Amino acid sequence: MLSFVAKRLLGLVPVILVVSIVVFLLLRLSPGDPAVVIAGDNADAATIERIRSSLGLDQPLVTQFFIWAGSLLQGDLGISIFSNIPVSDLILQRLEPTASLALTTLVFAIVIAVPLGTIAGATAGSWLDRALMFVSVLGFSVPVFVLGYCLIYVFSLQLRVLPVQGFASIRDGIGPFFSSIALPTVTLGLAYLVLIARITRASVLEMMGEDFIRTARAKGVKERLVVTRHALRNAAIPILTVIGIGVALLISGVVVIETVFNIPGVGRLVVDAILKRDYPVIQGVILMFSGVYVVVNLAIDIGYAFLDPRVRY
Amino acid sequence: MLMKTPPVIEVQDLAIPLPGGGDRGFAVDHVSFSVAAGEIVCVVGESGSGKSVTAQSIMGLLPKVFPKPAGRILFEGRDITSATPAELRDLRGRGIGMIFQEPMTALNPVQAVGKQIDEVLRTHLKLSRKARFDRVIAAMQEVRLPDPERMYHAFPHQLSGGQRQRVLIAAALILGPKLLIADEPTTALDVTTQAQILKQIRDLQRERGMGVLFITHDIGVVREIADRVVVMKAGKVVEHGPVGRVLDAPASDYTRMLIAAVPTLEPKRKDHVVTGDVAIKVDGLAKTYHSGGLFRDRRTVHALQGANLVVRRGETLGIIGESGSGKSTLARCITQLIEPSSGNVTLAAGKDGRAFRQRLQMVFQDPYRSLNPRRTVGQSIIEGPMNFGQGKAEAMGRAKELMQLVGLEPQAIDRFPHQFSGGQRQRISIARALAMEPDILVADEAVSALDVSVQAQVLRLIDDIQKRFDLAILFITHDLRVAAQICDRLIVMHRGMVVEEGTVASVFAAPAHPYTRELLASIPGRAEETIPA
Repeated sequence: MLSFVAKRLLGLVPVILVVSIVVFLLLRLSPGDPAVVIAGDNADAATIERIRSSLGLDQPLVTQFFIWAGSLLQGDLGISIFSNIPVSDLILQRLEPTASLALTTLVFAIVIAVPLGTIAGATAGSWLDRALMFVSVLGFSVPVFVLGYCLIYVFSLQLRVLPVQGFASIRDGIGPFFSSIALPTVTLGLAYLVLIARITRASVLEMMGEDFIRTARAKGVKERLVVTRHALRNAAIPILTVIGIGVALLISGVVVIETVFNIPGVGRLVVDAILKRDYPVIQGVILMFSGVYVVVNLAIDIGYAFLDPRVRY
Repeated sequence: MLMKTPPVIEVQDLAIPLPGGGDRGFAVDHVSFSVAAGEIVCVVGESGSGKSVTAQSIMGLLPKVFPKPAGRILFEGRDITSATPAELRDLRGRGIGMIFQEPMTALNPVQAVGKQIDEVLRTHLKLSRKARFDRVIAAMQEVRLPDPERMYHAFPHQLSGGQRQRVLIAAALILGPKLLIADEPTTALDVTTQAQILKQIRDLQRERGMGVLFITHDIGVVREIADRVVVMKAGKVVEHGPVGRVLDAPASDYTRMLIAAVPTLEPKRKDHVVTGDVAIKVDGLAKTYHSGGLFRDRRTVHALQGANLVVRRGETLGIIGESGSGKSTLARCITQLIEPSSGNVTLAAGKDGRAFRQRLQMVFQDPYRSLNPRRTVGQSIIEGPMNFGQGKAEAMGRAKELMQLVGLEPQAIDRFPHQFSGGQRQRISIARALAMEPDILVADEAVSALDVSVQAQVLRLIDDIQKRFDLAILFITHDLRVAAQICDRLIVMHRGMVVEEGTVASVFAAPAHPYTRELLASIPGRAEETIPA
């Protein structure tokens, strides 16, 4: 198992390399010149040229990439063109709200979705199953920002039980932390929740028709254990897969949610950077998100091998 | 007949309606029988006879689509049709053990097999972990699983089919139930493994004096194992009685037909003289698989080693072997479905330069899956000829002729595969192969999935079309009885190698290789037959 993990880690190197090349090229090839933006509306051509060369933007693409990648290897993500603060510091400052939100959303979605989906799958056709399927259509079709504003209207403006926006660090106390993050978590987590619940339902339902379920029943095993010990355990792989895919969903959702709830996280950072064409910041954040995604998928791959003895690499 | 102790299980007037839209009202139509302690009762019937539904209803395991059964089921004199779910659960595993047809899928693939046996103990008894482990090991030893301490932690995919069935038997019997229900437990196994498992069930049953309800479609198995027989057809009991009387002096026409349909071991073609030209010649065909790669030790599997064979026009060559013997690999290499590692397949020089796929056609094992469910059978039949340039109208006309030839209505050509029975689908598969006007037909377990009565008809059809089109046939089968019906010569395969070759009569009468002898000795019901030399 150890060598398997080591091999998978080694396999990440080319993935990260390709990701960084793509990230680098994506921005350089898109229209819009940061030198023009920095210089302002009334700048003459000479000023723009001076800014451009001071940022290294006049070098050939390949040279730019190697300079960038070289410092990347030393852990240096570059310096923001606008604020002159190192990108890694910018990201670190903004990391806590985003990481908190991502974690609470994951826990919220999984803890509710898996039991719900399992019960629905084991009792396919029951009222609970139908209700879940109905809600899941709803959960998918409502855009995140609409749901967010609706929840703010009900819980913050009408009932006045939760803050409208902002973020409180967990260091400020559990109470403020959870009340500030509750609405963003539910808003961001709902689509994720119904996705996991539906996949759980489908794969548990499929497993319930398998021969080994009949064998378990023939042994006199209680139905609850037949479902959890045999059906759910075998349904775990597709569930794990969709949780992994969902992390990508989560990353894109975070950007919108942080705007809706005015949370000073990495999502907001990247939105601002894109508007200003702050290349180093955009690259740094995308690289970080890709890194998270790659690591999560690695964890899921390793999870497969733990969950299913037939999986061998 | 009055008995002092009630039978272990007594089924009285059991009736289970078929869920809507069936061709008959009842899946099980007012059936009564009983199993006494220390006796093996076989319920025998073809597919759709209601034998498995009967067994499942005794366990209270009927699929939800079935309505609640009427009638009574008495376990040791107590009516269990009115038992609560908790009482029924307690009965399962403790009072009644059950084993199933597919040992491949009947075990949970992600749980160690020892744990799956242990689950019966955990469910029904309160024992320490150590005490349970010891009992599981003892149970595994009793069914002669090798190295039980190590195998306890193995997963199902690491075990052979026979070993998996032994694990299921150990789990079913660990609490010493009064009744074992065995639903086609050996149907998916190789014939030599089947012989071992049957002997084991019989030995355990005698040691423990338990009753066994044994569901099977195989008259040979019935002969091996039964004390009494219940014959079912379309949900009804057509005949029951002691095994000797039912099999040797059957009272009903249906039982007589069932027995007569079982192919005998007498080589049907021992007087058939093959005079045709050589149609296909195979030299030194081998297939080697490599696994592993960059980070891993390479493993080499010799699936097929140096196979040579020749088949003439009008001749049927049987390829005999069990799972893993390489017979299917040989067939796939010959038909060029997979690339052989070395060796040659040579077809006789054709006069008209037709393509390989036109001259060699295949019929596969599973008629349920080898036809595309979304195309009409006509579309499936004409696809090949149209690929080689035949016009649609011409191909359709020919397809209708072929449907007639294989014994189906030509008008049925616009129907979909699911509208046909298994035997009819296999006829369609044969028509599809014939549409290419092949010289050579490769039939891979083509009758193995069929009921015996249907099997006999399809074998007759194959025999018939061979004569009509002067076909060279490669007939791959695990069933020596079937081989005796249709083959002129046999080759026997074992672990990727051809171990024996000869005419059917000579292989049966004087098998040279020990494996061939074991294969012949394992044929169920063989003791009652003599093999004519």
